[in-house]
Amino acid sequence: MISLAGKDILHGWGRFILTAAGLGLLIGVTLSMAGIYRGMVDDANVLLDNSGADLWVVQQGTIGPWAEPSTIPDDLYRSVLSIDGVERASNVVYLTMQVRHGERGIRAMVTGVAPGRRQSDPGQPRFLVAGRTMTAGHYEAIADVSSGLDVGDLVTIRRNRYRVVGLTRRMVSSSGDPMIFIPLRDAQQAQSLKDSDAIVQQRHRREGNPAFNPPGVPGLLDAVNADDASSSAVNAVLVRLKPGASPELAGSAIERWLRLEAYGRAEMQSILVEKLIATSARQIAMFLVILSVVSAAIVAFIIYTMTMSKIREIAVLKLLGTRNRVIASMILQQALGLGLIGFVVGKIAATLWAPFFPKYVLLIPGDAARGFLLVMAICVVASLLAIRAALMVDPAEAIGG
Amino acid sequence: MERTGIAIEQLTKRYGSGQTAVDALKGVDLSVEPGEVVGLVGPSGSGKSTLLKCLGAVIEPSSGVMKIGGSPIYDNRWLAGDLRALRRDKIGFVFQAPYLIPFLDVIDNVALLPMLAGERNGASRERALAVLEALDVAHRARAMPSQLSGGEQQRVAIARALVNRPPVVLADEPTAPLDSKRALGVIGLLNDMARQYETAVIVVTHDEKIIPTFKRIYHIRDGRTHEEAGEGKALYETADYCSGH
Repeated sequence: MISLAGKDILHGWGRFILTAAGLGLLIGVTLSMAGIYRGMVDDANVLLDNSGADLWVVQQGTIGPWAEPSTIPDDLYRSVLSIDGVERASNVVYLTMQVRHGERGIRAMVTGVAPGRRQSDPGQPRFLVAGRTMTAGHYEAIADVSSGLDVGDLVTIRRNRYRVVGLTRRMVSSSGDPMIFIPLRDAQQAQSLKDSDAIVQQRHRREGNPAFNPPGVPGLLDAVNADDASSSAVNAVLVRLKPGASPELAGSAIERWLRLEAYGRAEMQSILVEKLIATSARQIAMFLVILSVVSAAIVAFIIYTMTMSKIREIAVLKLLGTRNRVIASMILQQALGLGLIGFVVGKIAATLWAPFFPKYVLLIPGDAARGFLLVMAICVVASLLAIRAALMVDPAEAIGG
Repeated sequence: MERTGIAIEQLTKRYGSGQTAVDALKGVDLSVEPGEVVGLVGPSGSGKSTLLKCLGAVIEPSSGVMKIGGSPIYDNRWLAGDLRALRRDKIGFVFQAPYLIPFLDVIDNVALLPMLAGERNGASRERALAVLEALDVAHRARAMPSQLSGGEQQRVAIARALVNRPPVVLADEPTAPLDSKRALGVIGLLNDMARQYETAVIVVTHDEKIIPTFKRIYHIRDGRTHEEAGEGKALYETADYCSGH
């Protein structure tokens, strides 16, 4: 038996391909939406993976350092190092802010880490693809390549300028912003820095306040002002455990003895994925559902229209003795053919335009396979309406009168 | 077994029920021998189309007897279990317009019926080609219907009706859109093919040009038929029709 669907498609292949290509672009958008979600999750995971930490120690009662503000003293890391099972501990400061490169503004997560440490230490910039690590205590920076910066570039963070001495790859925040590493002290200063007018006004206020400027205690005001200009706070301490050490035990010891909050890898992943990007993920999921419904409606409309344009031929086929299953199979095969070509076009389109998205779009084979099955299922469901209409055609319509 | 292409006795068809019932056929008798072409004529609303649909096993009569090739297929109920197979194997159809399947080439349009009957593609195409050769249109076997002239399309439609060698062919106004010469050519072809394939042909028409060509004519009026002898004039030249596009 010849393939009626194949013959029909070949007969009007131009229109069929154009229709499938149009559908394919819609499928491409759907795949891209899934890729955007995957990219967000991957960014979150990359942030955790690249930090090289087993535990994240933050201010008590917070889910910092990314989902909530967290402030802890910068000398607490020494106490953390004394906890059983802790191998390495590093202070980190995270500032999501706008940095400037010439006239260009770059949205970035500025990360303060202690310079001169080993690359494998928790929090340190890993995967250098160009340049070197930071060696100076001030005004050096390492930027992710997605920032568009190059080695030797100067970036302005708050009032200070930093020279980029190294580049990393896939060091991004959970929202996909490139990370720019600067020395810890500079980051602490940037975190607490007030503008000059505010400092002058504050000093005037203190000068007039007898609590800070009591007669006969000349050094007190200067000491208070000096303390105000410096910051000894960090956002988190990243902890690497000794091989075989239990994160639960070490974490509970830190929480118990240091009165801090300690999160393991799974907890931090849960915070990032289920809290920080949850709303965005739900937004994308809604788009995915809507796009799937729209795709199904479009496929149903196309298949129904294609079938209705062949009503006379279907009546003739039925009059000539064609079985219903042959006609249903013809319509179903065309719907599946449309879906198949549409999916191929959509996959190619999504792959081609993914690099042009401002945020990371991760197209994974599993999503493509699931998308393919979904498209095929939608085509089957969408063709049911057309099949029903075709099977209701009266063969008598082929006979006049 | 009777030597009959198609025969019906006291066939009736009632639409609706109760006071609104309409009797479209009120006891129709009709018989056509193999190799014979008869005309079925009547004014609009006389029951021609209803009779054609009953003969084509498209609608179910209300009562009566119908035989094809001597075998009863209807005796107050359908005796054949599969009406699609009955239509495919026992009845050929020629329509007012050719109604060829536009996405199949000529040979597949004709070979489709044997294929639907389960015959292999190669054997089906060989058989289709033989019929197309008999109708002098085999040279267009690989053409698409849209590439054929009106006359060629109608010959392909006749080939499709004959390819399964059915005992009966029903032709519904097959000459309506044609001029006199081509209309007579089609009737010539049907006569030739009816003889060659031993098929009973019923031509439903009110085309006065072709009525004189029938040896027997069934007139239908108000749901009843009466038979009369036709002139049986050979007004046609089949060869002219075959060569003219």
